[in-house]
Amino acid sequence: MTATDRPERRSPHVPATAGRITPIGLLGRRPVAIIERNFLAYRRMWALFLTGFLEPLLYLGSIGVGVGALVGGVQLASGHTVPYEVFVAPGLFAVAAMNGAIMDTTFGFFVKFKYGKTYDAMLSTPLGVADVAIGEVTWAVLRGAVYALAFLVAMVAFGLVESWWAVLALPIAMLIAYAFAGAGLAASTFMRSFVDFDFISLALVPLFLFSATFFPLERYPEWLAAVVRITPLYQGVSLTRAVVLGDLHWGLLAPVTYLVVMGTVGLRIAARRLGTLLQP
Amino acid sequence: MRPGTPAVASAAVTEPAEPPLIHASSLTKRFDDFTAVDGIDFEVRRGEAFGFLGANGAGKSSTMRMIGCVSERTDGELQVLGLDPRGHGTDIRGRIGVVPQEDNLDTELTVWDNLLIYGRYFDLPRDVIRRRAEELLEFAQLTERKHDRVDPLSGGMKRRLTIARALMNRPELILLDEPTTGLDPQARHLLWERLYQLKREGATLVLTTHYLDEAEQLCDRLVIMDRARIVAAGSPRALIDAHATREVVELRFATSDARDDAALALEQDAAGARVEALAERVLVYTDDTDHTMGRVDALITPPASVLVRRSTLEDVYLMITGRTLDE
Repeated sequence: MTATDRPERRSPHVPATAGRITPIGLLGRRPVAIIERNFLAYRRMWALFLTGFLEPLLYLGSIGVGVGALVGGVQLASGHTVPYEVFVAPGLFAVAAMNGAIMDTTFGFFVKFKYGKTYDAMLSTPLGVADVAIGEVTWAVLRGAVYALAFLVAMVAFGLVESWWAVLALPIAMLIAYAFAGAGLAASTFMRSFVDFDFISLALVPLFLFSATFFPLERYPEWLAAVVRITPLYQGVSLTRAVVLGDLHWGLLAPVTYLVVMGTVGLRIAARRLGTLLQP
Repeated sequence: MRPGTPAVASAAVTEPAEPPLIHASSLTKRFDDFTAVDGIDFEVRRGEAFGFLGANGAGKSSTMRMIGCVSERTDGELQVLGLDPRGHGTDIRGRIGVVPQEDNLDTELTVWDNLLIYGRYFDLPRDVIRRRAEELLEFAQLTERKHDRVDPLSGGMKRRLTIARALMNRPELILLDEPTTGLDPQARHLLWERLYQLKREGATLVLTTHYLDEAEQLCDRLVIMDRARIVAAGSPRALIDAHATREVVELRFATSDARDDAALALEQDAAGARVEALAERVLVYTDDTDHTMGRVDALITPPASVLVRRSTLEDVYLMITGRTLDE
């Protein structure tokens, strides 16, 4: 962060607003302006907004229901057997949250950063780089939450939810979105051109396919299961699956911590990088 | 009475009635080995239009970015609105208006939403924003394009909208970085008109330009920057009086050989105070035009055209830096 954004004594001319890195929920007023901006922009691009939700829903309809008819039940580690579509739905739910978060913080961010110079305009106002990073990540978390909520409603409609604990899936979706938004924003500050975004796809596709999304972890070879256990989407999938199937235990605090740390580290790196890039 | 009180009181009396809006001394900006701004001093007073004139890369934009609190100074002192950008960036940015060199309107939003959201960045109440946005659309002559997106607007319209946007927070100081670069002459004049209006209403303008006519038209005082330093300062008139002669005789020649011969001959004849051979003309700076014209008539190859004119800032720039601005 540059010195222009150090903690400062305020003059009476400007109302004091929080601008430091604050936990989500304790947002200052200034990052909220960035959320308002994105809301205004998407009022005219609502079709674009739908895509991130439709994709996992289509997967649920085709793979969940279609493959479900072929394979019957899936035996979980707990010994419990559930229909395949019940097994796969929480995985796709986590994917919906991830998609919602990643789009605006990677591609969307880069277009505004590089071509629109939108952030240069923001930074000539009282907004600082931390406000920008917090605002964009919060927006992405909200977008992820909207997708997750819609997906959750679809799951209930299809009768794929087995426990009332499933209401916890919503905060979990926000946690997944936070982790991927923070990391996505940080990664995007290192991108030089659109070509570099292939690396993000390269990271996301295997996460989508191999995070115990479609098969239980026990079906994977030993070494692959070990790798999957430390990847980020797996944390989200296992958390969602646990609450949707009503399988809660203290061990779930580990993936929660993982996602919080991932999002926060990403957010901090992003704010620092934005300072270096936009306020040289 | 406490000791020291009278001293403070008398100091307050002897100080000028109002401190400058911007004060810079030995202001320096370095990027690794490159020095963009090399120890410059200047002051901007309330209500004046102050210009930074110079070629591309002279250090104008770097200076503007430091004033606008988006770039930290490397060395020296800087005060904007009485505050140090180090530690008061947010406060200062809340009280200034910035018109950047490159248009950065929000292309995902309409004209109206651009003004609206910019007001929100300053955390202004919504009813205040709406009222000001209506006024500023009027000012920018864009009321009819209110619901249009920004992209299809012409270059001149985009600039006017950028200026309107910069006025949303009623700034005490307006920074304009090359406000008319890239505009056609008609759009430029319309924009100047708006800037005059702001000036008449008492705004303090700080602008950079590499157009001499713009500097001469708009600026009460200006500094000429060359290679990261300030090489001259004053009002356009004072600069012309101090650095240029009363008149200039401009000669054009059919061939470059004729031009070179003439420049040499005029120099040897002491036809004027100074003779400059440029790419396509020879300039003779003179306080005695009759004498100079006599020497011109005596040239072996007469010039294709002769123009006698008063000195302008362009001549000042040429005299000081040895180059023209468009070189």
